[in-house]
Amino acid sequence: MTADIVLWLAQDGVTNGAIYALLALALLLVFSVTRVIFVPQGEFISYAALSLSLLQAGQVPGVVYVLIGGGFLAALFEAGVALRDKALGRLPLVFLGYIVVPCAMAALAWWAAPRKLDLGWQVLIVLGLIVPLGPIVYRVAYQPLAKASILVLFIASMAVHYVLQGLGLVFFGGEGLRSTAFSDASFRLGVLQMSAQSLLVVLASVVVMAALWLFFGRSIYGKALRATAINRVGARLVGIRTGLAGGLSLLLAAFIGALSGILISPITTIYYDTGFLIGLKGFVGAILGGMASYPLAVVGALVLGLLEAYASFWSSAFKETIVFAIIIPPLVWLSLRSRPLEEDEEEAE
Amino acid sequence: MIPARVLLAAFVLFIAAAPFILPEFQVALLNYTALATIVSLGLVLLTGVAGVMSFGQQVFAGIAAYTTALITTKYGGSPWLALVIGLALVALVALFLGAITLRLSGHYLPISTIAWGIAIYFMFGNLELFGKYTGVPDVPRLAGPTVTYYVIWSVTLALLVASANLLDSRTGRAIRALRFRGVMAESFGVDVLRLKTVVFLYAALFAGLSGWLYAHYLRFVSPSAFNVNAGIDYLFMAVIGGASYVWGALIGASILTLLKEYLKGMVPSALGATGNYEIVVFGVLMMLLLQRASSGLAPLLARWAIRPRRRHIALDAPALARREQPVMGAPLLEVRHAAKRFGGLVALRALSFEMRAAEILGLIGPNGAGKSTMFNLITGVLPADDGEIVFQGSRIDGRAPSAIARRGIARTFQHVNLVGTMSVLENVAIGAYLRGGRGTLHAMLRAERKEEAQLLAEAARQVERVGLAAQLHEAAGSLPLGQQRLVEIARALSADPTLLLLDEPAAGLRYAEKQALAALLRRLRSEGMSLLLVEHDMEFVMGLVDRLVVLDFGEKLAEGLPAAVQTNPAVLEAYLGGVE
Repeated sequence: MTADIVLWLAQDGVTNGAIYALLALALLLVFSVTRVIFVPQGEFISYAALSLSLLQAGQVPGVVYVLIGGGFLAALFEAGVALRDKALGRLPLVFLGYIVVPCAMAALAWWAAPRKLDLGWQVLIVLGLIVPLGPIVYRVAYQPLAKASILVLFIASMAVHYVLQGLGLVFFGGEGLRSTAFSDASFRLGVLQMSAQSLLVVLASVVVMAALWLFFGRSIYGKALRATAINRVGARLVGIRTGLAGGLSLLLAAFIGALSGILISPITTIYYDTGFLIGLKGFVGAILGGMASYPLAVVGALVLGLLEAYASFWSSAFKETIVFAIIIPPLVWLSLRSRPLEEDEEEAE
Repeated sequence: MIPARVLLAAFVLFIAAAPFILPEFQVALLNYTALATIVSLGLVLLTGVAGVMSFGQQVFAGIAAYTTALITTKYGGSPWLALVIGLALVALVALFLGAITLRLSGHYLPISTIAWGIAIYFMFGNLELFGKYTGVPDVPRLAGPTVTYYVIWSVTLALLVASANLLDSRTGRAIRALRFRGVMAESFGVDVLRLKTVVFLYAALFAGLSGWLYAHYLRFVSPSAFNVNAGIDYLFMAVIGGASYVWGALIGASILTLLKEYLKGMVPSALGATGNYEIVVFGVLMMLLLQRASSGLAPLLARWAIRPRRRHIALDAPALARREQPVMGAPLLEVRHAAKRFGGLVALRALSFEMRAAEILGLIGPNGAGKSTMFNLITGVLPADDGEIVFQGSRIDGRAPSAIARRGIARTFQHVNLVGTMSVLENVAIGAYLRGGRGTLHAMLRAERKEEAQLLAEAARQVERVGLAAQLHEAAGSLPLGQQRLVEIARALSADPTLLLLDEPAAGLRYAEKQALAALLRRLRSEGMSLLLVEHDMEFVMGLVDRLVVLDFGEKLAEGLPAAVQTNPAVLEAYLGGVE
C-alpha cells in the first residue's frame, strides 16, 4: 500500500465517518431524551437520498404519500386525545401542523419536480419532505408508548423500521439511484487529490455539530431536551411536556438523517434498504463511544469510517462483516467494567 | 371453558392427521410453522420470561444449518454427527456472545444482536466454501416427506412441553424472577448471570435445532434465510403470540407464517408489483399490538378457552432437611467499622455492632439514617466501601449475595420485591431455591417431581405460618401491601435461615395482624433463629426486641436494652428534637 493510497482511503474514511458521526449524534440524542433506540433513522437516509435523485430526474418522489398519510394519522391520534380531554381549542394547531404543513410540502414538490430547480432548492424541498416525518413518526408510533420499557420501545422501533422500509419499496421501487455530484471540482493538497464533494460532507457535518452544540448550550428548547434526558419526571414537573421533547428530538433526528442521505447520495448508489445499514453504522459508532458521550460517539464514528475504508481495500467482500464485528471489542471492555448486579430498574408490567 | 388438556389433545390430533387430510402445500406451511415455533419458543424463554432481548436467533439457526449442509454434502458425513457438531458450535458462539453482553444493561444486547446478525449474514454470503449467495444445494433429507413432517412436529411439541415443564419448576421460578426481580433472586441464592447465560444457551440451541431440521427439510441452505429480517420476524412471532407464554410461540409462529404466505399472494397482485410488502403489514400489526395488547394473543385466548388449573400440594411430602442452628448466645454477626458512601452522601460512617444467636436485634433510626443500607451491605447487594462483616466466624463482606444467602442469611425488602404475576405459593417457593438442587434438564423431563413436591409443601407451610393460607393460589401482585409484606416474610422463612433480616415487616399491617406477626417472630426466636429488625412502629419494636441499635446520619447513636434506649437523651433529641 503506497502513501497516496493510504491518504486516499483516509479521505474516504473521514468522509463516511463524518456522516456516521452525525447519525451517531442523532441516535444518542433520541436515546437519551426518549429511551428509543431509533432504528428507523436509516429510512430517513434512504428516503432523502432517493427523493433527491428523483427530483433531479424531474419526478415527484413517492414519499409525499407517506408524508400526507402519516400526517393524517398523527392528526387523527391528536384529535382523538383532544376530544377526550375536551380541549377542542387545540384542533386548529393540530390541523396546521399535521395536515396543512405536509400537504403544502407535498404540493411544493409536485410543483417543483418538473421544473428541475437548482440543486439548492431541491435540497430544501427534500428536507421539507423528510423532516416533518420525524415528529409524525413520534406522534403515531412512540408517544402512545412513552411509558413503556426500553425493550418495548425497541420492538416498536423495529416495527416502524418494517413499515417505513416496506413503504420505501412501494414508493421508490427496488432500483438503486445515485444523484449527480454537488461539484466535480477537486483540489490538490500535497500528494492528496481532494474532491470538493468530500470537503462539503465534512464541512456540513462540522457545521451541523456546531449548530447542535449551540442549540443545546444556548436555546431554551435545547436546554429543555437536555433536562428531559437527565431527568424525565423532573423535566415534566417544571413544565416540559414529554411529547414535545420527544417530537423535537425526532425532528432533529429526521433532519440529520435527511441531511446524511442528501450528502451521501452522490457518493454511493442508494437503494430503499441501504439506509438501514448506514443508520446501524451510526449505532456501531455510538457504541464504540460507549453509548453515553457525544464527543466519544463522534470519535467512534470516525474510527468506524476509517476502518471501513481500509477494510474495503483489503477485502471488499468482508467489509460489512468486519465493520459490524468491530462492535465486539468495546462490548468486551464494557462487560469487564460492569458490575453484574447493576440492573436497570425496569417498570414491572 | 375448555380445559387445557382437551385443547392440547385436539391440536395433537390435528397435527397427526394433517398429512392425510391437507394438500401438500399446506403441510409444507405446517412444517415452516413448526420450524419457526422452535426458534420463537427459545425467544419466549429468553425475551418474554427472562427479559433478555435478541434479534439474532437466525445466526444460531444459520450456523447449525450451514454446518450440516457442509458436512453432509462436501464431506459425506452423517446428519446426526453434523447435528452434534452444529449444536456444539452454536453453544460455543452463544457462550461467547452471552459472556460479552449479558452483564450489560438491557439495550446493548438487542443492538449487538442486530450487528452480528449483519456481520454473519455477509460472511455466509461471501465465503467461497459456503457457496456465496447461491448457497449449498442437495443437502440429503432425513427421511421421506411424511416422516420428516412427523419428526419436525414431534421435536416441536416435545420442546413446547419441556419448556412449559421448565417454567413450572424450581429453576423456572428463578427464571421468571430474572426480568424484574434480579436483586431479589440473587438474595435467595440464584446466580443471576449464570442463569441468564443458561437461558441464552437454550434459546440458541433451540434455534440451532430448528436450523438443522430446516436444512434437511428444505435440502438447500442459502444466506437469505438467515438475514436480519428473519431475526426480527422471530421476535415478532414471540411478541404477537404472547412473549411470556410457552404456547404463545406456537400461536405467533402460526399467525406470522400463514400471514406471510397469504400476503405474498395478495399484496403484489393488488399493487401490481413484487417485493416483500408483508413487512408493512407485520409492522402495523406489531404497532397495534404494542399499543393495544402488549402481552400478546395467548393470554386473550387463554381467558376464553382455558380453565386455570390449581396446583396440587402434597402436604405429606417428606420435609426438607433443615439447617442446624447455632447454640443460643453464640456470637453470630459482627459488623466492624462498616462504611458506605453514595457519591458525596455518606450513608454509613464506621458503624459497628454485634449480634448473638437466637436474639432479636432492632435497628432503628430516623429516615435516611442508613438502616436499609446496612441491610444491603450484610446481604451483599451493595459492596461496603470500608470495614468488615463477619458471620459465624468468617468474613462475608465482598461476597456475592447468592454466596451470602447460602450461608444462611435471608431477608425481606423494604420495597416489596415479589413477582406480581406469580402466585403467593410460587413466590414463597423461590425462598427455598437453595434447598433444592435439580436443574434445568431434570425440570424439562419432569424428573424432579419428588423434590418439587417437597419444595412446594415447605412453601405452603410457611405461607400458612404467616396466616395467608387462604391466599395461597392468588397472584402475589393482587394482595394488599400489608399481606405482600407477609409473603416476603414467608419467602425468607422458606430459606430456613440462621439470620433473618426484616426490613419494616409491620408497615401496612392492622393491629391484630401486628400482634400475630410479633407472636410469630417470638416463636422463631425460641426455635433458635436470630432476627435483625428495621421498623418504625416503636410500640411493635419495644415489645419484641432483646436489644436495640439506634442509628442517626450513618452513625451509632445508642445501643442497649429497649428501656434504656428509650430514656437516652441523645436518642430523644434525634427523634423529638432538642429539649430547650
